[in-house]
Amino acid sequence: MTSAPSNGWTRDGIAKRLAQDIPNGSYVNLGIGIPELVASHVPEGRTFIYHTENGLLGMGPSPAAGESDPELINAGKRRVTMMPGAAFFDQATSFAMIRGGHLDLSVLGALQVAANGDLANWSTGADDAIPAVGGAMDLVAGVKRVFVMTTHVTKEGEPKLVQRCTYPLTGRGVVTRIYSDLAVIDVTERGFALVELAPGIAFDFVQERTGAPIITNHARK
Amino acid sequence: MIDKRVGSTREAVADIFDGATVMIGGFGEAGSPIELIHALIDQGAKGLTVVSNNTGTGLVGLAALLRAERVSKVICSFPKTAGSTVFPDLYRAGKIELELVPQGTLAERIRAGGAGIVAFYTPTAVGTPLAEGKESRMFNNREHVLEYGIRADFTLIKGCKSDTHGNVLYHRTARNFAPMMATAATVTIVQAADVVEAGALDPEAIVTPGIFVDRVVHVPSPALESALNEAGASYP
Repeated sequence: MTSAPSNGWTRDGIAKRLAQDIPNGSYVNLGIGIPELVASHVPEGRTFIYHTENGLLGMGPSPAAGESDPELINAGKRRVTMMPGAAFFDQATSFAMIRGGHLDLSVLGALQVAANGDLANWSTGADDAIPAVGGAMDLVAGVKRVFVMTTHVTKEGEPKLVQRCTYPLTGRGVVTRIYSDLAVIDVTERGFALVELAPGIAFDFVQERTGAPIITNHARK
Repeated sequence: MIDKRVGSTREAVADIFDGATVMIGGFGEAGSPIELIHALIDQGAKGLTVVSNNTGTGLVGLAALLRAERVSKVICSFPKTAGSTVFPDLYRAGKIELELVPQGTLAERIRAGGAGIVAFYTPTAVGTPLAEGKESRMFNNREHVLEYGIRADFTLIKGCKSDTHGNVLYHRTARNFAPMMATAATVTIVQAADVVEAGALDPEAIVTPGIFVDRVVHVPSPALESALNEAGASYP
């Protein structure tokens, strides 16, 4: 393998790059963890409306100290605020928004993404793990576009972009595009396709850390 | 004259029987009817099947009900939470059964149960372990799995305001599963911080109409899981 990169995107860098691809006025669900960073990098002049599946559209940032409400929380059970124009609703309505195709974008983390768009992000299938899925399977089944935001490899250096997922699936063929610290990669009918390399990153460096071929000549819509 | 108020949480849960299926509202601590759950622990019913999105935190509320070993099965979407050990310990010890359901499917199964829809097809979970063994069918060139409505013997939920007819309003994201759960049980029990006479609530603003509610109990200052946990509380 070639040596470690001198740069590439930080977590905030990934979030900033991803946010550029979200049109103004989009209704967006940000998954727990690294996807939440997207909210800090909204491009100038754009407004996104955030959906949190526990029942709020128009979610705002974390509250100021002393102003939090324990019953105004996000899907990660963290206290949040509401923006002007916000709305509360029950779980059936919330998942009607999700499953019914009303949200424009879901941004999720990943354990593995396969070249056919399969996503595994809820369980490693370990024997002693407590299985817990939350709304991830509904999000990938229902939202028009699913972006994955992830480090390109695991802490152990294993590829997260693979030929076939070995972990239990969240959904089949559901991922639209992947934003990693090394590159932006589309999922196409021909497999992974390079959209953009992170600054200072060579293609070979990305390919060596990816578990399936990446095509570079894919004509994008 | 209709008056669904009962005098105490103890009275409200008195007839919950061994082996009952009980829906419990809440997403994390938001909307968790802690006082009703504590009354159920005191009451002693066991062998319960609990339908709830989570399994509680610390040693209070839902976690305390599980810890008292009153629950034989949970139907749940996310049974782990940071700092929560009660459910994981019971599960690893084989002392509790888990039916894991995607959150939106759980909501819709409860909604369907309350709405007289016996089953429905959904694309959620197709191709995953949670669809294994379930009937599936193609609609519009896409695979869907058959999911069944859920009904319960009792529902325990928390409102911010209720009236003597059982109409309920909720506080922000505490609403979550409560409106569907209210429809899906033989007996629906609401604890509310404020209980008023019929006519005092704006009919346009009512979230759960009183037809779905059987009992209303006034709990003026409901406890919060996070505050109890910070204080190191455990129940009983």
